[in-house]
Amino acid sequence: MMFTPDIVLTATINGLMTGAVYALIALGLTLVYGVLHIINFAHGATLTAAMFGVLVLNQALGIDPYLAILVLTPLFFALGYAVQRLVIGPASHGEDVNILLVTLGLAIIIENALLAIFRSDTRSVDTPYGFSVIEVGNLFLSTPRVIAFFGSIAVAVALWLVLARTDTGKAIRAVAKEKTGAALVGIDVRHVYAVTFGLGAACVAIAACLLMPTFYVNPRVGGAFVLVAFTIVVLGGMGSIAGALVGGLFIGVVESLSGLYLGESLGQIGIFLIFILVLLFRPTGLFGAKA
Amino acid sequence: MLSVRDLVSGYGGVPVLRGISLDVGPGEVVAVLGANGVGKTTLNATISGLVRATAGEIVFDGERIDGLAAPQIVRRGLVHVPEGRKIFPNLSVRENLELGSYTRAKPNRARNLERVFETFPRLRERAAQFAGTLSGGEQQMLAIGRGLMGEPKLLILDEPSLGLSPLLVDELFRLIAEIAKGGLAVMLVEQNVVQSLELADRAYVLENGAVTMSGAARDLAANPELEKAYLGM
Repeated sequence: MMFTPDIVLTATINGLMTGAVYALIALGLTLVYGVLHIINFAHGATLTAAMFGVLVLNQALGIDPYLAILVLTPLFFALGYAVQRLVIGPASHGEDVNILLVTLGLAIIIENALLAIFRSDTRSVDTPYGFSVIEVGNLFLSTPRVIAFFGSIAVAVALWLVLARTDTGKAIRAVAKEKTGAALVGIDVRHVYAVTFGLGAACVAIAACLLMPTFYVNPRVGGAFVLVAFTIVVLGGMGSIAGALVGGLFIGVVESLSGLYLGESLGQIGIFLIFILVLLFRPTGLFGAKA
Repeated sequence: MLSVRDLVSGYGGVPVLRGISLDVGPGEVVAVLGANGVGKTTLNATISGLVRATAGEIVFDGERIDGLAAPQIVRRGLVHVPEGRKIFPNLSVRENLELGSYTRAKPNRARNLERVFETFPRLRERAAQFAGTLSGGEQQMLAIGRGLMGEPKLLILDEPSLGLSPLLVDELFRLIAEIAKGGLAVMLVEQNVVQSLELADRAYVLENGAVTMSGAARDLAANPELEKAYLGM
């Protein structure tokens, strides 16, 4: 099958725009994995909850999805912090397996609570700019998706700066590899765990706000995103911020191009093909540390 | 400065320390000697809050600190440079040192960093390198440098000479002597008896989780019982 260069270019750019949001979701997942060494199974449910948060703020209070960032980011940071400090931490008794099960339990509770409140209907947010486009040369790009792209990149860069430059960021990286050493320089390890969890939740809250102008929400929507995000985390290297960003953009393009060539419904085949290839040939991921 | 009274501590209900008492005065260098497995590391871990004491008390700077968590104890100026260094391998040498002033002496960070680099010139050369790529001796210097960054009142050094070549051990003891000259109290927990006693003002000998000998370092060095106690003969 042959397509004109314009169509392929459009598909690639669309893939990059979707991929940036994937990357943002993967960032939260990889950060929590890198520091707490667990897969947060509640990550998808958190995303779903944040997307419903955008919906409710919009329909009940008329708050624009982008303005909702200012409300939902601190709220989800606080929720993530509290859940780690008050539920996951105490329930884990220091065992990673327990944390895994606790996050799985939280995911089930959150999803079913949303199902009970909102039913299984699919809903979306109406915005005046939902269908507006930006013309670049002879390409038409969806304005909210361009915003989502730059928003996601900005968050990734901000997160990287926090980790690289601030004492809190250095403490997070220190705890990731050396808990005892961290405690002995005066770092409160439980606080750092909770902050990390909070940052992970804040990442999906921002992703939800960037997604809602062009996407829909139902109580199961987060699962699909997190499955892709998990692929990105493995592709980029577990715990690698740069890997999550590059991996996210790459997976977005793969999905878009395989959708173009194989048909929309088969777009995800490419993603999981890559997932299998990475596991076979480079299990530490593109940016992962050698075992 | 530090006063430990009848301290009992251990892991999972099994006591390792069975009633230890010792003191470190201001500006004093005190050696705690003993063979492998007599409880030296447990003693340090209990003092610095990594392990909970089951009985006895620890008083630092006039305040009871047993029962406090490790970060709270660091904040009070008792800094423990652990056995095995526990540096942050994924952070640069400079970042490791910066985190040494995470809770203490943060406003003096730049000045203290310069001081540590003066004491350990090798660390300045390797400032931008990942700490995990340093040699064992350099990692030990980094661990001590990180401890100094918080301007401690008392520095506990746990087996600083472990795994280092004799040449490096000489160098390390020379540096510790230099640091102690600045008036900082040091508790040096070591297997290396001869060099520790040369450096210390006073010393305690641990056997089986209890203090069996103590006194001025010079007297202990001359005491034939020491060798016997130490070698378990």
